Amino acid sequence: MPIINVQNLSKVYPVANKDPGLKGTLRHFFRRTYHNIEAVKQVSFQIEPGEIVGFLGPNGAGKTTTLKMLTGLIHPSTGSVSVSGHRPFDRKNTFLRQITLIMGQKQQLIWDLPALDSLRINAAIYNLSDVEFRDRVGELAEMLDIQAQLKQPVRKLSLGERMKAEMLAALIHRPQVLFLDEPTLGLDVNAQVAVRQFLQDYNQKYGATILLTSHYMADITALCDRVLVIHKGSLIYDGQLDRLLDQFAPYREVSVEFERTQDISPQSLKPYGKLQNLSGCKATFLVSTQDLTNTVSALLNNFTIQDLTVTEPPIEDVIGRVFQAGITPEQDAAAARPILSS
Amino acid sequence: MSAPQLKALQHSWKIARTLISVYYAYMVEYRAELIFWVLSGSFPLIFLGLWDQAAQSTDVGFTPTEFARYFLAVFLARQFTVVWVIWDFEKEVVQGKLSPLLLQPIDPVWRHFFGHLAERLTRMPFIILLIGLFCLLYPDAIWIPTPYACFWGTLTLFLSFCLRFLIQYTFAMLSFWVERATAIQQFWFLFYTFLSGMIAPLELFPDPIREFALWTPFPYLVYFPASLLVGLPVDLRRGLVTIMLWGAIALTLNRVLWRKGLKKYSGMGA
Repeated sequence: MPIINVQNLSKVYPVANKDPGLKGTLRHFFRRTYHNIEAVKQVSFQIEPGEIVGFLGPNGAGKTTTLKMLTGLIHPSTGSVSVSGHRPFDRKNTFLRQITLIMGQKQQLIWDLPALDSLRINAAIYNLSDVEFRDRVGELAEMLDIQAQLKQPVRKLSLGERMKAEMLAALIHRPQVLFLDEPTLGLDVNAQVAVRQFLQDYNQKYGATILLTSHYMADITALCDRVLVIHKGSLIYDGQLDRLLDQFAPYREVSVEFERTQDISPQSLKPYGKLQNLSGCKATFLVSTQDLTNTVSALLNNFTIQDLTVTEPPIEDVIGRVFQAGITPEQDAAAARPILSS
Repeated sequence: MSAPQLKALQHSWKIARTLISVYYAYMVEYRAELIFWVLSGSFPLIFLGLWDQAAQSTDVGFTPTEFARYFLAVFLARQFTVVWVIWDFEKEVVQGKLSPLLLQPIDPVWRHFFGHLAERLTRMPFIILLIGLFCLLYPDAIWIPTPYACFWGTLTLFLSFCLRFLIQYTFAMLSFWVERATAIQQFWFLFYTFLSGMIAPLELFPDPIREFALWTPFPYLVYFPASLLVGLPVDLRRGLVTIMLWGAIALTLNRVLWRKGLKKYSGMGA
């Protein structure tokens, strides 16, 4: 039985219109007009207990609005949501005890006090005994490798340490459903890896369900087998991540810095892939994943190279391709899970 | 009391205790600023200077000593009933900081309420210091309140704080609809200044204005507890009933606006 069940979910926001300048300001003051923005349109999906699902989409696609509706922070305009058998916006205590929402830039920790003080408040709210509190903080702090920092004022922590402390605070009641909105935003590579590892461990240890949004492809590939792709408020893909990447991003970006002594021109680089950019002795190509090994070998054999990096295409590009291709599960039923609304 | 009720009570007590101790620690972080916050509430001592001069030159119905006692009690009432919840709540709504608080199984109001109570404890040493200074300046005005004055004075001080908190928290609910709910609070403060007894005891007001004021919540936020502390004659029963009535009105409005506001809340910036 799905732990998250979303059917035909929509959210419409009224947004005030305002022209620039004094005239626009006066008109806005005396006669305010609004237009409606459909942030989420008829979205449907189901998530089984214990799944980790990536929620992808460009900025303003409707990811955060959907997460807010799933956690009960905002009321849907139409459609139905069920999380752990509850209607989120009823905000029943039994529901709130089972979920958590971790937002990259939003904090629940008290800025001027050590994180441990905020954790004491959470422990009291969730009615944990002293022993439970000690055990859980110890266990989570060890998993997050943040034991030493819990006694320092939050304002003195680095961004990565703060994010870990926020996670600890959000998970002290051991929720079964985790909603994460950009949990690694702004973190350095080491901190990103640590957060990813922690989420994986938490999922395995407690069988928790995780729905995660991220702009970092590495978060999604490390954690999620399944992804939901939302664009302009509509769910346009619900299926395995492998199929999404294979189908819509079957290439890698290869950046090369050549030794200055060589003659580098678009013609001489043509055989190695689609040239994206050539500036001095630096070039960037798009190379298909099939040809990647051969192309990199050929480049290394035929040129003297100072530096070479291979990167995945930006997530926005992949999503853009998915959107341009207009894929729906009906068209690619083998690859994707059936979209429930259909 | 049944076992589940007892458990719920113990849980509530645990939350209250923890919130007070953590927010006490938080307020202590601002100990330097606290001195200025306490001093910013010393308006009544300035009015005391003015009325003292007036009482020495003409008969205004109060002796200089009575004025000194009254304004010291007003100073105390102001210190123990100061509320800033609207500024904090407005920030939480506008900046989306309310979102993490809404995800916890406790109404966010309790954090504010116990935060205010904890702040009272932190400012206590500074208040005692200022009272000591006052006693040095006005030795004739030193008085020992009767047990009756102590009991009712303290109780009504607490009720006044609760009423002021409730009214301001109700204004704060308007943050869901308007960007600057604090503007409404500033407008309200105008009436508070004149009708609460902060600038003069209500006995000095013309009869119709005093009678009108006594139907509003303002005198019960300052004049009423201050008068009880210094032993001025007040209608205790009427005062308590009026506090309860205004409290009930504010609470009802507050809960209606809270429910409607949450529907309106879009977690801006969250």
